[in-house]
Amino acid sequence: MAYDKFNVLVSRVVPMPAENVDTDQIIPARFLKATERTGFGDNLFRDWRYDSEGNPKPDFVLNDPTYSGKILLAGKNFGSGSSREHAVWALYDYGFRCVVSSFFADIFKNNCLNIGVLPVTVSAAFAEEMFAEVEKNPLSEVKVDIDTQTITILSTGNSESFDINAYKKENMKNGFDDIDYLLNLKEEIGKFAEKA
Amino acid sequence: MENKTLFDKIWDAHVVKSIPNGPDVFFIDKHFIHEVTSPVAFLGLQTRGVPVLYPERTIATPDHNVPTIDQDKTIKDQLSRMQVERLRENCAKYGIELHDLGSDHHGIVHVIGPELGITQPGMTIVCGDSHTSTHGAFGTIAFGIGTSEVEMVFATQCIMQVKPKKMRITVDGELGTGVTSKDIILYIISKISASGGTGYFIEYAGSAIRNLSMEARMTICNMSIEMGARGGLIAPDETTFNYLKGKQYTPKGEEWDKAVAHWKTLQTDEGAIFDLEYSYDAADIEPMITYGTNPGMGVKIKDMIPTTEGMEGSEKKSYLKSLEYMGFQPGESMKGKKVDYVFVGSCTNGRIEDIRSVANFVKGKKKADNITAWIVPGSREVEKKAIEEGLVAILEDAGFKLRQPGCSACLAMNDDKIPSGKYAVSTSNRNFEGRQGPGARTLLASPLTVAAVAITGTIADPRDVF
Ligand code: SF4
Repeated sequence: MAYDKFNVLVSRVVPMPAENVDTDQIIPARFLKATERTGFGDNLFRDWRYDSEGNPKPDFVLNDPTYSGKILLAGKNFGSGSSREHAVWALYDYGFRCVVSSFFADIFKNNCLNIGVLPVTVSAAFAEEMFAEVEKNPLSEVKVDIDTQTITILSTGNSESFDINAYKKENMKNGFDDIDYLLNLKEEIGKFAEKA
Repeated sequence: MENKTLFDKIWDAHVVKSIPNGPDVFFIDKHFIHEVTSPVAFLGLQTRGVPVLYPERTIATPDHNVPTIDQDKTIKDQLSRMQVERLRENCAKYGIELHDLGSDHHGIVHVIGPELGITQPGMTIVCGDSHTSTHGAFGTIAFGIGTSEVEMVFATQCIMQVKPKKMRITVDGELGTGVTSKDIILYIISKISASGGTGYFIEYAGSAIRNLSMEARMTICNMSIEMGARGGLIAPDETTFNYLKGKQYTPKGEEWDKAVAHWKTLQTDEGAIFDLEYSYDAADIEPMITYGTNPGMGVKIKDMIPTTEGMEGSEKKSYLKSLEYMGFQPGESMKGKKVDYVFVGSCTNGRIEDIRSVANFVKGKKKADNITAWIVPGSREVEKKAIEEGLVAILEDAGFKLRQPGCSACLAMNDDKIPSGKYAVSTSNRNFEGRQGPGARTLLASPLTVAAVAITGTIADPRDVF
């Protein structure tokens, strides 16, 4: 599925320091019943965001007007658990284009790269610094540049480089997905399948 | 020649093409699908106007959101019904084999694959479900994928993957009485944490693993993902071949002999290098239970909930938040805590051996009055066997309720939800917040422990309850 190209993103940051945030928290299973890829943003972090009556919980960061932005700054081991891509759809649909963490769960990271949400893995120290900075000044912005593979806290000027493999980088920059690439390999795949 | 691990052998044999500095184009032998993660992938195909390339390599079953009562009637929940109907339509349209609700081989996707002999050593298997790792018990590379990748497999039978690193976990020695494969895996996860396997594919080895039945091995591989690992596998051996022989989809006659000869080569070579190795002594493993909101938060049932000593900052905060959700205090004893529900089921422990072990344990006893006890077989075949072997009668005498096959309270997408604030000891694989229903509190344990809890009404060590 096509997604917006990712080149340079300058945005404020939404901090969520909890560790081991699993995909059941990002989008609870009972909201996986759709047959189309729309409307998941409304249920992003549903049970942390709303009480059982559907009223927003004021102390949850997405309900706190102090913070907003297209970058989610997450705690360690973000996105563990289920392989549901719906978790990333919900993040994307809500408006996040980038998630920053010192540690991502594997399948989640893959899913992000497949649908155009950039996962940026930073050192634990840099993550700490980002949390401290956004707490001090919720309006401070961060710049993520996929070309130079750097993330910069604009108010301090501190930056760090991040990894992304060359193939995925091209995809993200152009809004391509893997299927476009694979469909062009049909002949090779066909030969392979005969042996398999 | 280079010494290869089992994982290398299977992986390398499935690379169609390697992209320098990028992922491998990875060929998939078998693809399982279910109603929840497939509809958007089918929609994608339709939008692109491409067919399913090799429909005979995909097998479907509705399991995640199906009701576990009245399966012969129309599904009441409209959204669930739509997903199941969409699966039927898509399978008919693209020529995909479907094991529908009520048919002889309906069940949880990771239970029916092995049961039918679709899962075979040396294969690559994917499914839009993280517990696809279950199939690794047969010496396969099996892992969960996202919906975009489900679409890729439909369209091209391939996905793009960077080869994971390799880890070996060796468990040697003999397990004590009352200790099961679920305890082995909960023990391992408690040691290396819910993220300790991230980036790795795990091979389980050692005498304690070798001595396990296929079903018990599946329980171990199933929970590989709970350490963050992509998957886990166990080299095939006589136990594997005996299990598979004569199954519906396995080769027969001469073909079988040829297959077995090949499968026997699927071993890690002597001297092959792993990126990381752990080894444990089976004698140190005892019945386990989780006390927190990720599967790494587990202890021996006889032990206390760890204190926050040595923790700081966000680690300590997250730990306390998790205990608060569970309604527990650091340093408390696990034993004797009151429980409201027990759940026996899921792709971790919803197979016939699990139901046998619960039935043997509760035979002639009654469940405690405060306990609601659900048994949900992993498949129709498990259900049938449980009835034929008289297990259902034993369980019903003890006050358990048998439901029809499906994922059920493992993820509570259907009506099988644990009410908010209640405690459930479950044989499933995830104790995340709200996993078994909003506000539900889940403790993971073996079927044997669950049986002991059902009888006493409190957290109990099965070795104390005979
Ligand atoms: S039983 Fe649970 S873990 Fe297994 S496939 Fe179903 S929902 Fe997933």
